[in-house]
Amino acid sequence: MAAGGGIDPIHQFHIAPIVELKPFGLDLSFTNTSLWMVIVLAVVSAIMIYGSSQRSVVPGRLQSLAEMTYEFVASTMTGVMGKEGLKFFPFVFSLFMFVLASNLLGLLPGSFTVTSQIIVTAALAVLVMSIVLIYGIAKHGSHFFGLFVPSGVPGWLLPFMILIEAVSFLSRPVSLSLRLFGNMLAGHIALKVFGGFVVVLLGSGAVLNYVIAPLPLLLAVALTALEVLVAVLQAYVFAILTCVYLNDALHPGH
Amino acid sequence: MPVRSSGFVRQGWPLAAVSFATLAAGAAQAAEHGLSGEKASFPPFDPAHFASNLFWLAVTFAVLYWLMSKIALPRIGEILEERAGTIGRDLDQAAAMQAKAEEMAQAYEKALAEARSNAQGIAQAARETGAKESDAKRHATEAELAAKLAQAEATIAKTKTAAMSNVRGLGSDVAVAIVTKLTGQAPTAAEATEAVDQALARG
Repeated sequence: MAAGGGIDPIHQFHIAPIVELKPFGLDLSFTNTSLWMVIVLAVVSAIMIYGSSQRSVVPGRLQSLAEMTYEFVASTMTGVMGKEGLKFFPFVFSLFMFVLASNLLGLLPGSFTVTSQIIVTAALAVLVMSIVLIYGIAKHGSHFFGLFVPSGVPGWLLPFMILIEAVSFLSRPVSLSLRLFGNMLAGHIALKVFGGFVVVLLGSGAVLNYVIAPLPLLLAVALTALEVLVAVLQAYVFAILTCVYLNDALHPGH
Repeated sequence: MPVRSSGFVRQGWPLAAVSFATLAAGAAQAAEHGLSGEKASFPPFDPAHFASNLFWLAVTFAVLYWLMSKIALPRIGEILEERAGTIGRDLDQAAAMQAKAEEMAQAYEKALAEARSNAQGIAQAARETGAKESDAKRHATEAELAAKLAQAEATIAKTKTAAMSNVRGLGSDVAVAIVTKLTGQAPTAAEATEAVDQALARG
């Protein structure tokens, strides 16, 4: 982590290819991002598949974890969308677990945060919005666009309202992806900066600096706790907003 | 809360395919930009890695979705359903057993109450027969005693009468002797007896 310069807070986001892979002129190299995506996949699968492999009526620890996440996501979804929304359960569950595992694993020292890459969060957001659009139009046809027409609005206001609703709809994937990306990026930079302070102060040799060096360390510890909270919270926010948007596809019209 | 996801899994494949295509298209576009972007920039915004990131994201997320929807989630749903079933069954069983136990307790109470009233009846009957028997015995004894008494009285009366007639005879004889001695003249036996009777009647 501290290689090269030691305190470059951006270095942790650097993408390095592990296996070069360039078919048809496309750079599809297996990079450190890819590696951590695979690790995320492995960890989530281990919890959910290995954890549930005992199928015991009285669950062990890992099975409890798997069941808790299952019931948590299921109850969140039914809370937002009702029973009907559970047809999207595997999708929302995969999304939640992927983001949650990425965020949490990214906090391990020396790891790579998959969700700190805007292209990853943007792709997930676009995936969500395309499912909303495709499902909404497939299910409700043109009625789906009733989403943009608020009921009870006077006629002369309608064009403005439609414009505003359309802009708000189009900005959803942007805000959805930027929120997660920004939280992850900023948190990791802040951690790195405070960690860097400690290194700089200890390396300077001045006695006074030795005395104040623990202060940024304490802050870094506090920030780590905050980042754990943010990691879980942002995964939850991503999942619940996905539910809210999917709910629009299920029940268009205000 | 068991979730049936098979509906979406079936419908979901076209959606997943479309999404995959979207991602692939984005990757291709990003790759073009990536080739042109030469200068080293802020890594998250560096388009050079967009294609690879998107490709591997698509691969890993598709695999994750497949594993979750095909294996993990149905299995956990089954486990939860089975547990809910087991718990429900156990509760039903417990309720049935409790009802049975209550029924048995009631039957026992009833039997106890019956036995108690039976016992009371028996005790009552025993007491009654006892009382009757002792009554009868008492009556018999009383009657016997009364008979004996009556017999004794009769004997006494007879003896008294006998004694009295003896006394009468003796009295008239004495009276005759006394009168003869005093007057020198012997009264008749009838007169003397009459006089004695009169004296006896006077007490």
